[in-house]
Amino acid sequence: MAYEAEWFQKLSEEQNPLVSKQDYVVIDSERIRRRVRKNNFLKQVFLLLTSLGIVVLGILLYQIVVQSIGWLDWSFLVSRLSINADKAGILGAILGTVWLMLIVIPVTIVLGVSTAIYLEEYARPGKLQSFIKTNLSNLASVPSVIFGLLGLTVFSRLMGLGSSILAGGLTLSLLVLPIVVVSSQEAIRAVPGFLRDASYAMGASRWITIWKVVLPVALPGILTGSILAVSRAIGETAPLVVLGIPTLILMYPTNIMSDFTALPIQIYYWTLDTVLTKEYANLAAATIVVLLLVLFVMNSLAIVIRQKFQKKF
Amino acid sequence: MEGNLNIRAMIHDNIARKHNRADRIMPVFLLLMASVSILTTLGIVFTLVFDAAIFFGRVPFREILSTDLAPLNANNPTFGMLPLMVGTLFSSLIAMLVAVPVGLSAAVYLSQFASTRNRAILKPMLEVLAGVPTIVYGFFAYSFVTPLLMKLIPSLGSKNVLSPGIVMGIMIIPMVASLSEDAMNAVPEAMREGALGMGSTKLEVAVKVVIPAAISGIIASIVLGISRAIGETMIVAIASGSNKHFSLDITQSMQTMTGYIVEFTSGDAGSGTTGYYSLYAVGLILFLFTLGMNLVAQYVSRKYREVY
Repeated sequence: MAYEAEWFQKLSEEQNPLVSKQDYVVIDSERIRRRVRKNNFLKQVFLLLTSLGIVVLGILLYQIVVQSIGWLDWSFLVSRLSINADKAGILGAILGTVWLMLIVIPVTIVLGVSTAIYLEEYARPGKLQSFIKTNLSNLASVPSVIFGLLGLTVFSRLMGLGSSILAGGLTLSLLVLPIVVVSSQEAIRAVPGFLRDASYAMGASRWITIWKVVLPVALPGILTGSILAVSRAIGETAPLVVLGIPTLILMYPTNIMSDFTALPIQIYYWTLDTVLTKEYANLAAATIVVLLLVLFVMNSLAIVIRQKFQKKF
Repeated sequence: MEGNLNIRAMIHDNIARKHNRADRIMPVFLLLMASVSILTTLGIVFTLVFDAAIFFGRVPFREILSTDLAPLNANNPTFGMLPLMVGTLFSSLIAMLVAVPVGLSAAVYLSQFASTRNRAILKPMLEVLAGVPTIVYGFFAYSFVTPLLMKLIPSLGSKNVLSPGIVMGIMIIPMVASLSEDAMNAVPEAMREGALGMGSTKLEVAVKVVIPAAISGIIASIVLGISRAIGETMIVAIASGSNKHFSLDITQSMQTMTGYIVEFTSGDAGSGTTGYYSLYAVGLILFLFTLGMNLVAQYVSRKYREVY
């Protein structure tokens, strides 16, 4: 305040403050320079910190690829597990992951899309609808290891499914369900109202409108969300470990009741056992490369679908 | 003519009946499917509460709040939960010390400073960070970050809390960054332009206008980050080890609550033993913590949101 009073006084005294030699008058150029310097400096700091995560990602990928070199070859992909690091392969784990997804994909899509349709098209705004929505957002934040406990209790013990593919697949399905629901809801909500109106005007019923108009238009969005959910399920480890997947499985899975191992579980056990056999670290790295490649392909697919098939209205 | 009409009417009738059937059945079917998510929540709550109740019935409260954790001791297993809670607290704290400053800086940079081109490059790359499976981070923490840190801190154990804490923080950066950035972008352009027009630098706009206006969303993002850190499993299970002794030394192994569950189930916890039920007690505590965090985040972002 005192500063401003002085300022006005000077202003009236000297009439032309801009050329005044007193540096505190009107334009305090030193102060402005300081502020701009601070701005520019912190901008660089922020950029540096933003890049930090990306740099770490780069180091992570580099490190893992380097460790896998010499271990990741065709025979690694098509051989059975073995205690002997030189002979060990991950075909069993690959098949296990594929079998798991054969459960997860239909279960999550049917459950997730149905829930989304119900919430968007049928549920009246009210207690039930908001309850299901709150419930879903809370479910999405439950740690995955808790889903493992649910699967262990309900699927493995209560239903007697043991540590089978079915038990693992159902557990993972429940885990990623919220992702499918939320993305399908967004896709359905994005379908313009005039398409529905047109369908009703042609005499179509509510369900026919949903089935023949809304869902086909929302399909790219639903697919994108589902692919992301499935790729999340492929990488999940904790729930499967909690189900008690045996450490060394030499048999290939043949049906949904088989015992199995999957890519992330194999990575986990090999990483734990590097204390015993050093080469297991290389096997784990090679398996990680395979896992990341699968995820990369799936995510690219999701992006392509979103870019190419999303209709604009 | 008469017959023709009848056939048309019949076809129409038929279609109508078919449609009606679908229209009657589908809402019921969809509601059933939608209720699976509610059943899942109920399933989680019931399994945790039932088995945890047995645990709390068997183990005196004083023991649970003690520091003696020896679940596999054949003669006299003890179930003090403090070592696990400290492990979880410390690893989450380290993670947030990394994730909050870096995540918020990234959010400020992306929403205030970045050119469209920089943003288009940086944001998707940050999101890749969030898509990497946690098991991969666990491997990275154990086989790269820990040996690296050992060069700086020679006394660091091969299993320790520091390294998984840092890696967990890096994993959470994109979450804090993108949720905070959303909150910052929701601040009306007019407020920004007003401040810029008054001669503020972009930094001053960010610190004095945008962050205060978006504070509810920023706090919510931090709270969700904490909840994520508490529930994170594989990174700590691999890199933090299974030391059950009570200690406050972050350069040594500490077991977290999640790590305890993974270790105990993948070993064989015989059904019906107190050790088996302790899994559910730990699970229940974990569930309540994360649920509480989630509710706090929802409350904060709703209650303290500034509406323009």
